[in-house]
Amino acid sequence: MTEDDADRIDRNRRHFLTVAAAATGAVGAGFVAVPFLASLKPSARAQALGAPVEVPLGSIQPGEMVRVLWRGKLIFVLRRSDAMLDTLGEGLDSLRDPNSEVVDQQPDYAANETRSLRPEWLVVEGSCTHLGCAPLEDFQPRPVEGWGGGFFCPCHGSKFDLAGRVYKGVPAPSNLRVPPYRFVRDDLILIGQDSGVA
Amino acid sequence: MAKVEAEVGKRPEGMLGGLVKWIDERFPMTSTLEYHVTKYYAAKSFNWWYVFGVLAFVVLAIQLITGIFLTMNYKPSAEEAFASVEYIMRDVEWGWLIRYLHSTGASFFFIVVYLHMFRAMLYGSYKKPRELIWLIGMLIFFVLMAEAFAGYLLPWGQMSYWGAQVIISLFGAIPVVGDGIVEFIRGDYSISDITLNRFFALHVIALPLALIGLVFVHIVALHEVGSNNPDGIEIKKNKGPDGVPLDGVAFHPYHTSKDLVAILVFLMIFSAVVFFAPEMGGYFLEHANFEPANLRATPEHIAPVWYFTPFYAILRAVPDKLWGFILFGLSVVLPVFLPWLDRSRVRSIRYRGWIYKFALTVFVITFLTLGWLGVQPAEGVYVLMARIFTVLYFAFFLLMPYYTTIDKTKPVPERVVYHG
Repeated sequence: MTEDDADRIDRNRRHFLTVAAAATGAVGAGFVAVPFLASLKPSARAQALGAPVEVPLGSIQPGEMVRVLWRGKLIFVLRRSDAMLDTLGEGLDSLRDPNSEVVDQQPDYAANETRSLRPEWLVVEGSCTHLGCAPLEDFQPRPVEGWGGGFFCPCHGSKFDLAGRVYKGVPAPSNLRVPPYRFVRDDLILIGQDSGVA
Repeated sequence: MAKVEAEVGKRPEGMLGGLVKWIDERFPMTSTLEYHVTKYYAAKSFNWWYVFGVLAFVVLAIQLITGIFLTMNYKPSAEEAFASVEYIMRDVEWGWLIRYLHSTGASFFFIVVYLHMFRAMLYGSYKKPRELIWLIGMLIFFVLMAEAFAGYLLPWGQMSYWGAQVIISLFGAIPVVGDGIVEFIRGDYSISDITLNRFFALHVIALPLALIGLVFVHIVALHEVGSNNPDGIEIKKNKGPDGVPLDGVAFHPYHTSKDLVAILVFLMIFSAVVFFAPEMGGYFLEHANFEPANLRATPEHIAPVWYFTPFYAILRAVPDKLWGFILFGLSVVLPVFLPWLDRSRVRSIRYRGWIYKFALTVFVITFLTLGWLGVQPAEGVYVLMARIFTVLYFAFFLLMPYYTTIDKTKPVPERVVYHG
């Protein structure tokens, strides 16, 4: 290359071409990354296995609870007795979100006093809203301690009442989540699907 | 006769020499060996704190070899995982030994790495010009934590499952995107066969590859600037006429022969644990993990393996979910900034004033106490203690620019000094 040639090199043009080629390559790499990242999402099979589950209610007596799995998550289905329902109106001061105002924690139809479609039946995810441990049921009311019964998380000591509402002063930030569900018949519920919303 | 022997004795060497020459013309074998081993000069004043780098290398080798053999019998599926570990323990010849070597190796990896990091804090090995070595080292530590966490899910026991549940749920504390991230990590709506399978891929392929690559650049960076020493002085400043540092001796054979003693002592302790206390009273292998994962019930008392407990104690000390996650993350990441937080003019603790010595002592006590608190139930006085020590933990790092500036230092010698 003569000196004359070197003078004729357009460095701006070279720089532009280098940057343009690199940017195009980066965009390509970005597109290629999409299938790999998307493959990490729940697969079609995982979604299919996450289909709604039916829970027959006929054999559950008042005060009894059953545990079922929906999408691998633990779901509590509790038939509340009248005495249990009576406790829900008491001691609301000690609850963090007594009126279910945090919208993510339940469908609209469960944002009520009993956090349920029908007062008798409580359906909540058995997963502590702190770090996901499974709470234990402790339904014995102990008026002395101001404990009306409910759920207790063995991991970090969070407490919830008989509507899955979290107490103040525990690490869990919000009420137990209510999954979408609906009554197919009076004695059968479908967890994972609700009637109104698609 | 003697003449024949001499000729016979000479021939292989000649052949070997020829082979070496043939390779060296095609691959930088001799020059690489000299640069990194036989002509890599490190201070002759190394003490026992300087064996943990080599020991970490030994543990890495143990984990890689035992890991390969475990993979040959382990089944990464929720249906079969727990049973396949039992199968390894009972039916595979020497399977119990290979598995105990691997599980004990995991704990010893952290013991060795924590001591290796503490050595750097004692002698200021992270200070200029070795900041990058420290940064790469911290990256190795993070990958090691991920590797240990992924590995802990694989036996699919109760503690595997619920421990993973708790740690993955941590990411749910991030506002807005938290739940999406959690689902993305699990690849399912809960921890499942899918999660187990991908953690297996991370544990046996992705993370070990990253680990080996990082260890390689860690050593390349170290050999570029040279090893620090207990006096924290640059031995390259005083070179003999041959260009070799006057205070340095070659890594091989001088440091390697000393390291060999350390490796033997290490293996004696390691074997004692493998053969006599592989569960280490529930600290190396937690009792709850001898039960298969039960999605319907959390174990009564849930705690991570001992090497995560200092950070876990900080997480639990905070009564708020998001802030707990933030402080937990910060406590892990803060040591990264040590090279810039430490403003002292000297590297080694030998020439620092009482303030840093005091701060480092308090920090060691804090770290050990937090580790102990992490396995205690989160109630009563333990919570209060965890809060106090969390404050001390952060104070050590965040106040460091201040107390290392005002700390009175002693003059640093020109040449290395022997103590006893």
